[in-house]
Amino acid sequence: MGFREVGLSESEYKRIIELLGREPNELELELIGVMWSEHCSYKSTRPLLRTFPSKGKYVLQGQGENAGVVDMGEGWGFAFKVESHNHPSAVAPFQGAATGVGGIIRDIIAMGARPSVSMDGLFFGDAELRKTQNLAKGIVEGIGAYGNAVGVPIVGGKTFYSPCYNDNPLVNAFSAGFVRLDKMASSQTAKAGDYAVLLGSKTGRDGIAGASFASRELDEDSKASKPQIQIGDPFEEKLLIECCMDLLDKKLIASMQDMGAAGILSSSSEIAHKSGCGIDIEVEKIPLREADMLPWEIFLSESQERMLLIVEEEKLKAVFDMASHYGLDCAIVGTMTDNKLYRVYKNGALEAELPTSILGDTPEIFWPSEEPKDLPARQALDPAALACCDPAKALLEMLSCPNGRSKKAIWEQYDSMVQLHTIAGPGEPAAIVEVPETRRACVLTMEAEPYKCWTDPYTGAAEAMALSLRGLWLTGAEALGMTNCLNFASPESPEKFFELKECLRGLADTCRALECPVVSGNVSLYNETANDRIYPTPLVVTAGLVVDRDKVIRAGRAEEGDILYLAGAAEGSLGASRYQQSKDGKPLGKSVAPNYAAEKKFREAALSTAHRQLAKSGRVVAGGGLAATLANEAVASSIGMTLTLAPESSVEALLFSEGGARAVYAVSPEKSAEFEKEWKEAGCVKIGTAGGSDFNWRGIMTLPLAKLEKAFAGEK
Amino acid sequence: MKTAVVVFPGSNCDRDVQRAVSETLKCSVDMVWHEERDFPSAPDLVILPGGFSYGDYLRSGAMAARSPIIGAVRKHAAEGRLLLGICNGFQVLTETKLLPGALLANTTTTFICRKCHIRVESTDNRFTSGLKKGEVVQYPIAHHEGLYFLPPAELKALEEAGRVVFRYADPETGEAGAEYAPNGSLNGIAGICNEAGNILGLMPHPERATVAHLNGGSDGGAFWLSIADDFAKRGIL
Repeated sequence: MGFREVGLSESEYKRIIELLGREPNELELELIGVMWSEHCSYKSTRPLLRTFPSKGKYVLQGQGENAGVVDMGEGWGFAFKVESHNHPSAVAPFQGAATGVGGIIRDIIAMGARPSVSMDGLFFGDAELRKTQNLAKGIVEGIGAYGNAVGVPIVGGKTFYSPCYNDNPLVNAFSAGFVRLDKMASSQTAKAGDYAVLLGSKTGRDGIAGASFASRELDEDSKASKPQIQIGDPFEEKLLIECCMDLLDKKLIASMQDMGAAGILSSSSEIAHKSGCGIDIEVEKIPLREADMLPWEIFLSESQERMLLIVEEEKLKAVFDMASHYGLDCAIVGTMTDNKLYRVYKNGALEAELPTSILGDTPEIFWPSEEPKDLPARQALDPAALACCDPAKALLEMLSCPNGRSKKAIWEQYDSMVQLHTIAGPGEPAAIVEVPETRRACVLTMEAEPYKCWTDPYTGAAEAMALSLRGLWLTGAEALGMTNCLNFASPESPEKFFELKECLRGLADTCRALECPVVSGNVSLYNETANDRIYPTPLVVTAGLVVDRDKVIRAGRAEEGDILYLAGAAEGSLGASRYQQSKDGKPLGKSVAPNYAAEKKFREAALSTAHRQLAKSGRVVAGGGLAATLANEAVASSIGMTLTLAPESSVEALLFSEGGARAVYAVSPEKSAEFEKEWKEAGCVKIGTAGGSDFNWRGIMTLPLAKLEKAFAGEK
Repeated sequence: MKTAVVVFPGSNCDRDVQRAVSETLKCSVDMVWHEERDFPSAPDLVILPGGFSYGDYLRSGAMAARSPIIGAVRKHAAEGRLLLGICNGFQVLTETKLLPGALLANTTTTFICRKCHIRVESTDNRFTSGLKKGEVVQYPIAHHEGLYFLPPAELKALEEAGRVVFRYADPETGEAGAEYAPNGSLNGIAGICNEAGNILGLMPHPERATVAHLNGGSDGGAFWLSIADDFAKRGIL
């Protein structure tokens, strides 16, 4: 077998010989090839990921572990991470999406946390296409089937449609869990003499080489890639959760790691390398589903629902007893050593011997970057073409288009209430969950701005990040940290690498300026086919904390007689907005970059508004602009509105421009003076009142609320 | 009043029920693993919780109906003590034949999780005597197999015996019936009891409507209090 067959370049192969002082044997070459693959090593992005701010006063565990952990106070940590399962979901929608949910849940277990919430970022192709509908149906059912059975509520998410995802849908699975600080687990605490124990499913041929599958473009061969798709068993996962929670409670585990990409190989080599140990693995001790599996197949299998535990000798019996209580397979497959070698034995014979550093310290690639030649064309916008002749019709289009309409048909298929801690679930702009046994609440927002990242990668990514923060601040939550899923096309093309680089710079700058550290993340490259490539799609999930769950502001609570305010910035841009896209059929024009000084003023005023409960309801201005935001608020509150705000420039800019730190609030008349005082610095303007059953924007449009409701439900 | 919750592998509402009951009634709740053959301390109320027992890879509840603890569950119910099955627990009760009928796949063919209104149809049992007959309450649902089915003659007998305890309803008009069932349930049935009134099965989750600040509402609190009142009348506190 040659080095090219395992996905290595000639220079990488030379480097391996140099590091080893010899040629690797076939098994060793397989092992290195996978660990050095894009999917496992992040070799194309690691230099960029290092630019993310990683420190913050709430960060307990930053990048480099299975998931990041932030401090929620009163002894509780919150472990969270988002991960892509794009390629598997494109080929086998149900199983691909289901195992995406299962995989990210095990990352949370590996931190010692009980998986408490999930969310999903879904990016589908043209909503009118039968192909999209079939893919979406399978993906949504897969997420539901796994999430519902495993008993982790799906409390929110994002669904976005664009033809750029026709052949390459994206499934970004987020999971998070609460952990007592004294029960946190780590993959860096194994020591020589400990035993490596495999808990959960037997190892089969499913998902072999999934990591290298994810490290290239989707092509016709992908359809023959079915064996690379793993099959999920949420029942096994549920048992695995309960068993691991009990083992952690009894402090029986020295170190642990989930098995994701490259299964046993990556989990065992990472735990050895990060702990500064070596490991001897005895292949024949690994429980198999198929007897005749070859060592490389066993090491690379991505069979689901397995965890690698590192256990001290005197605790082995208790671990085996617990596994048997839950009916789980459990086997000692190796021992930790102090020689920093990764050794594979088969029936006593040494089959592979590699320094753990060769598997752990993987190479980096610095791809050339070049501004896309068509970037000026992407940014060119003809304002005349955007003129709005019928504002009412345009608003209904903003609400009823696939990206604007209610996603209830999707999220009603997910159990959003199990575990009895969901305060605000799907359908609300921010998910809110109880921190166990306290009055605290954790707030989560998920955002992505593919249109804006396409026309201006730096600004688009910055806006997505800022938008997720505004959503937290509005509820009254302070941002503790963020996780991201970076979905891009091939890094090998300089123009596509430029988009990646600029998006990451936008995220890093915004996180730094607005004091939100990056605690975990995932990169998915090569999201393209021969026909098309996806827009740059960095997805962010930001976690925030509210100390008193009764001091939050939520959307959809406006009442008769409330005064409506637009708080914060006055106007954004129509560039790459939902409105612009609906007019031109493709995203064009630059969006506005976050103004950090204005964002901070918005933050202070929004947090204080929530803490002082100065507003009844609030909603950040997002997709579809001010008009869609107000209409969403009217629909969610089941109340009409009379609006008086007049356009400064054009009607369409007033109604539909996006971006800028701004929100709409509904305030009871007796609190309006205090509210205005609170927003003096950040700016606020009275725009109307809530009441009646019409959505009436003076001089611009009058629509019955029922019509807005119908549009939002997706009916024309 | 002593309560026990049976935990099958794959149960996922066991801890939720435990919290709802213990917070509302300020009592401790025993969690009993499916492999036990007896309850540790003779409980007054046994709850079979929601979830996906044994993965529900066969018919929902079919495996659980044959698990070791079921002997003790039958004995408990035969002695006239209270047995409550919620969602998957209801499916287990029909699979054990402790309650008649079967729960089939929703007519939507999808899993449905949402707030849901049901009308109290009968208070002549040990569970709902403290509720008002005809009142509409909101308990969320979350299931894929919630279509209650019974052959016509038996269904008629069940109705005539007043054993339909909850029926899906319209909160505005208070009307109840098949047209308000999200899952296609016959006669809009959401919950039924046995003849003696000491076994109740229902698809909606009262425990999800118990903690007032959560998104499932707070109508379920009265359900637990109704059970406690029934015990109090019998001198069990």
